[in-house]
Parts: sequence; C-alpha cells; structure tokens
Amino acid sequence: MIEGSDCSGRSTQAEMLKESLESAGHAVLEMGIRRSDLLGKAISSAKQGNLLGKTTLSLLYATDLADQLENRIVPAMQAGFVVLADRYIYTLMARDLARGADLKWLKRLFGIALEPDLIIYLDAEPEVLFYRTLDKYGELNYWESGMDLQMGSSMFESFLKYQASLRKHFHRLAKEYGFRMVDATPGPKKIHREISGIVSEYLENLVQQSPRPEQPEAQLGSAANRRVRLEEG
Amino acid sequence: MAQKKIRGLGLNKQYPGRLIVVEGCDGSGKSTQLHLLRVWLQSQGYPVVFTEWNSSAIVKQATRRAKRKELLTPTTFSLIHACDFADRYEKVILPPLHAGCIVLADRYVYTAYARDVARGCDLQWVRNTYRFAVQPTIAFYFHAPLEVSISRILFGRPSLKYYEAGMDTGLSLDPVESFKLFQGRIKDQYDRMARQEQFEVIDATRSIHETWGEVQKVVQDKLSDYEPPKQN
Repeated sequence: MIEGSDCSGRSTQAEMLKESLESAGHAVLEMGIRRSDLLGKAISSAKQGNLLGKTTLSLLYATDLADQLENRIVPAMQAGFVVLADRYIYTLMARDLARGADLKWLKRLFGIALEPDLIIYLDAEPEVLFYRTLDKYGELNYWESGMDLQMGSSMFESFLKYQASLRKHFHRLAKEYGFRMVDATPGPKKIHREISGIVSEYLENLVQQSPRPEQPEAQLGSAANRRVRLEEG
Repeated sequence: MAQKKIRGLGLNKQYPGRLIVVEGCDGSGKSTQLHLLRVWLQSQGYPVVFTEWNSSAIVKQATRRAKRKELLTPTTFSLIHACDFADRYEKVILPPLHAGCIVLADRYVYTAYARDVARGCDLQWVRNTYRFAVQPTIAFYFHAPLEVSISRILFGRPSLKYYEAGMDTGLSLDPVESFKLFQGRIKDQYDRMARQEQFEVIDATRSIHETWGEVQKVVQDKLSDYEPPKQN
C-alpha cells in the first residue's frame, strides 16, 4: 500500500514498484481509489458538481473500496498475487479526519478492509506539493486544496492549510499503524530504490519465515484471512 | 483561528424540527399510512418534508445497475445504501430538521439494520456506519404476521426482484420461497429491535382506516409541544 498526498510521487512510485516486482517474478494486481466497477464513475461525476455532503463522500469511497476488495482483491490474494494499492484506507481516513470526521467511526467503518503487509507513506512538505501541483497541472484542484472546507481566503492559502492538516493526520496514523515513512523530496529513482529496498527485505523475511514458500498462500502472509485490526484495546 | 467544525456523526443532535419514520416488512402498509399522515399534516398547515429509501440522485443509478447485474456482496449492499441514506440525510433530512420542519421518512436506519443483518453483516458494524443519524421523534413499526405481509406483496406481482427476494443470501433457489425466508429474517430483526429502539408498534392487520386512527393519535400526542417555524 502506498499512501501520500497528491503529487507526492505516489503513482509514479506505484508504477515503478509494479515493474520491479513483476521483473522479480511476482504477479501484481493494482488497486486504488475510485476504481471500482460499482461506484468509480458515480463518485467522479458527483465530485464534478461539488454537490456532496462530507459523510456521503466518506461512505461513497468506503463503498468503492469494499467493492474492489470483495470482487478483486480477496480473490487475487488467494491466488497468490501481490496487491499493490495506490492509496488505501489510510488516505481516505486522513482526508476524512481533515474534514472533521470522528476517528472511532472511521476505524470501525474501515474494519472491513484487509490489513496490509506494508504501508509506505511518501512524506512531503505542503510547499513542495504546491510547486509540484502547479508544475503538473498548471492549477490547483478544488478537492486537493480542501476548498470545500473554506480554510483560507485564497486557494493558495487553503491548499497549504489543507495539506498541512492532511500531513498531521497522516503522521498520527503513521504511528498507530506503523507506516514506513519515505521522504518524497528526492528524485523518483532514489525514492524507488528506497521503496524497493523495503519491499524486497519484507518479502525475503517472509520467505524465510514461511515453511513452504512454494505455496501461494504463504507469499504475503495469510493476509486474505486477515481483517484490519483497527480497534485496538 | 476559525471555529473548528465537527461533523454531525451523532455529536450534535439538537434540532427544533420533528422526525417521524415508518418501518416494517414490505407489504405492512407503512407507505400508505405515511402518505395519509403527510396529507393530514399539510392540511394542518405544518411544513412537511418527505423522503424515502433509495432515492438519492447521486447513487440511485449505480445502485440500480449493480442490482440488475447482481454485483453486490452483503458489505457493498450495505454501504451503497448507506451512501444513499447519507446523501439524503445531509440534504433532505438534517437541514429541514434544523429549520424546524416535520420530516417524514419512509424507512430509516432500522431498515438497514434489519436487512443488512439478515444478509449476514455484523450488527455493530452496521450501527456504526449509521451513527451520524439522529434519533427520530417517532419510529412506527408496522407489525403484521409474516403471512399477511407476504400475501400482500405476492398478490398481483408477476415476479420478485433478485435482492428483494434475498436471492443473494442463498436461502433458497425458488424466489418465492427465498422471499418468505428472507422476510422472516428481517421481521425477526425488527421484532428484536422493537423495545430497544422504542418503536411505536402498530398492529398492521386491521383496515387502513382503523390503523390510521391509531397512527394519528400517536402523532397528535407526540406533537403536542411542537411549534412550527414562523413562515412569511
């Protein structure tokens, strides 16, 4: 699972990691946000009109994720695929937290998700993200600037405040769920080296621990049978 | 620093309006009674807003498509209905309540509790999903023996829909048989909730007019301290 703000280089890294995993002989299935057959399109079109309540938006994303999990991810994991997510529940949680949602509610809601083997978080200062966003799109995006929250008098101010708030929530989740923090400021190749290092180390350990590494179930733990333990004691 | 906005999520449940909801199995006569109530309240000059299950513009199409294609698992079935509810809640239910209106809802969170649990979802998980919703002023439960509501639905109906009949639960391959078993499960859930949720239980086996008399009495009683907002 790769998490991080927009323009943190997340999708590039997911793409690079997919290639390196595949060249090492792992079958990879990608997932993300708004990619379900069920709701992906409905969310995109609803966001266009900016006509969604916050709770509705959280639930739409949760439904979208649940659909991908139940119809694609769980079967793929049982078949021994490595599932690579370009954003997962933690990005959704951070966004909702930045919008004032209750953490306990979110934890229970996302209790339907599978617990990931590895969560990689690409960490960047809001200012860095700002320049990258302008570089990439030429303008700021309504939602990524948290414009629905009316946090500042200008879009620039709103963007910085919103991204800072997201980052704060990401850091808090990072502690709780043991994210692997990766600095998102160097070039993509350097970041990729760091990420592949983390991933291959993890996979090697897994093979060593596993008595029968040739079994597909053993490849990524028995994650298919694991639910996220979000409600800790 | 701007005042921190906290999302609804059950934290703030104070509002001057009134919320009246009807619950019960398909064919229990609840929609008919709610219609009568709506007409009556309007004739009294009250500001009334009506909303029904599965009617949010945003997700209605996606839900319909998913149901037609039989794509839904119990979890996604539950969540997509929660989306529909949340959208209506944030737009049609909560603002009028804050404005002091009487909101009438044909089915409320209890429908989700009953149906989703009948499909195998965890009750606590479903309850959590809907935790943002306020407690209604009155929750009517139209209670009828299973045979009565089932025969009302099956009468003059050429076929049952896949999810309506609970075919996804695998209870039976025969739609009618599956419908009966599934409705039985839903009714068990409602019956279990009745006391805990303080339902106003209405005997739904009587004539429409007799039932209406009882509904009207309960509403009159509960609205005795209600003051409609000033409308100019």
